Amino acid sequence: MNASTFALGRELPRISAMPIARLFRAYLTEAKYESIRALRAPAFAIPFLLLPTVIYVLIGVFLIGSMSHGDPKIAVTMFVNFATFGVMGPGMFGFGMFVATEREQGLLNLKRALPMPPKAYLLAKMLMTMLFAAIVMVTLIAAALAVGHLRVSAGQFLLVTLIEMLGSLAFCSIGFFIGTRASGKSAPAFVNLAYLPMMHLGGLFYPLPKSAQPIEFLSPAFYLTKLGLHILHTPSLDEISSGATGPSSHGGVVVCVAVLVGVTLLFGWLAIRRFQRLA
Amino acid sequence: MTQDCLAELSGVSKRFGKVVALDGLDLQVRRGELFALLGPNGAGKTTAISLLLGLQRPDAGTACLFGQSPLLVETRRQVGVMMQEAALAPELRVHEQIDLVASYYPNPMTPVAAMEMTHTEALADRPYGKLSGGQKRQVQFAIAFCGRPKLLFLDEPTVGLDVQAREMMWATLRQLVNEGSSIVLTTHYLEEAEVLADRVAVLAKGRMIASGSVNEMRALVVRKHISCSTSLSIEQVRTWPDVESATRDHQGLHITAGNAESVVRELLAADENLEDLEVRRAGLAEAFTELTQETAP
Repeated sequence: MNASTFALGRELPRISAMPIARLFRAYLTEAKYESIRALRAPAFAIPFLLLPTVIYVLIGVFLIGSMSHGDPKIAVTMFVNFATFGVMGPGMFGFGMFVATEREQGLLNLKRALPMPPKAYLLAKMLMTMLFAAIVMVTLIAAALAVGHLRVSAGQFLLVTLIEMLGSLAFCSIGFFIGTRASGKSAPAFVNLAYLPMMHLGGLFYPLPKSAQPIEFLSPAFYLTKLGLHILHTPSLDEISSGATGPSSHGGVVVCVAVLVGVTLLFGWLAIRRFQRLA
Repeated sequence: MTQDCLAELSGVSKRFGKVVALDGLDLQVRRGELFALLGPNGAGKTTAISLLLGLQRPDAGTACLFGQSPLLVETRRQVGVMMQEAALAPELRVHEQIDLVASYYPNPMTPVAAMEMTHTEALADRPYGKLSGGQKRQVQFAIAFCGRPKLLFLDEPTVGLDVQAREMMWATLRQLVNEGSSIVLTTHYLEEAEVLADRVAVLAKGRMIASGSVNEMRALVVRKHISCSTSLSIEQVRTWPDVESATRDHQGLHITAGNAESVVRELLAADENLEDLEVRRAGLAEAFTELTQETAP
């Protein structure tokens, strides 16, 4: 058959089975092109891939590092805090903005009319977010090793990276929730409304005054940071500012994991409900 | 549903708030035909297609695709779609867009083969966002058939195409039908439906007001057009009983008549030097206008 012909069988209409290998390829292809398009979108890739490392080096290493006279505890804490900051953006904006825009511009409808495997759309976006999180972590670790004066084992780096990548799913859920409700134009504003308070009130950049510290419990960023700090046996900025020298004391691992899983499931469930209603 | 019927709406009604989009619509798409769905804006064409694609559910009646629910992804693997308003990812290159959609199907074409059929090989490495409107439509067309679907839904496929690109798309559509594919086409270009369609259905206010072959649709309009070069005056011709209207331009006299044969006889009798006589049946456009005017408020 010539490559440019379009031969169709004369058999009765019947449903073609999709071999498992081809189905798997469809999921992979969706994830591959979702990642490629995100990497090629300068408005998305530049801020979320470069900014966390640049700000970490400028503020976390040079500014706060010199203010703390090279305190190794603060160096580790700033690394974990910026790791959380780095994985929040791709999840929230990647889902929030892309879902809202694709919904509004008809791409989502087209994909639903085409035989795209039902879960491929969400899985592709989740994998894209985790790829971005992995890239952010690799560049942060490279910067931390080069200028951050970190004394952390390779195993600990790997564990923190895995936790941050998995933790980014909580921010995917929140972004997805916003993306299913906001229009393409308003989505960035709504994502920022959630992202900025979560980042600042999560105690990532500076210790909060004691009276404001309960607000931290509302931010998923707080719990993800706590998990990373727990692995590295380091106190948070709040704890350091109140004189703690040992590992993070409050916000145990089980509580942190439960909150992050809960946020992921709650916002994911709300978003999927809305997503199905749109369908 | 017979085995020759690939898609069917049976007694389908659909409302959006107070607006009745479809009102008891029955519609069938048969195997191997190019079926054109026509109608004025708001007639319910897009809603009908959306129901057949499983994008919406009917309030009443049933929508079937290959005898099954259009909500099943297995059913939609037999279908290709080109929508009027769907912005593909601007960052992906043309061959990547086709590769992505081809991956959804069990036995797709290669991106190269799909680009050959749409004459878009030269665009293969161009980002979709940098293409012109017409080039984007050609890529969307390639995406629609790259999975070798048995049934293609094309919503206004030639909007924004230049004459050459449009004729190439028409040729590809004919090729697809000749090779056994079925096509549902919605278009505002009645000339397109006239040239391509095996069967036409006209919707108005959510109901089907006529359906049949293009010739059957034309026959719904009994009047015919007569043109000739003659020295007879318009005033004289207008007095004849079967003449509905008469005009003159630099090409000659143009008459619209209910009974063309009797008018031609009168013309030949009244002017023995009459030349360039031509009698035409009403076109699809005229039939469409007449049909939809009858249902206008």
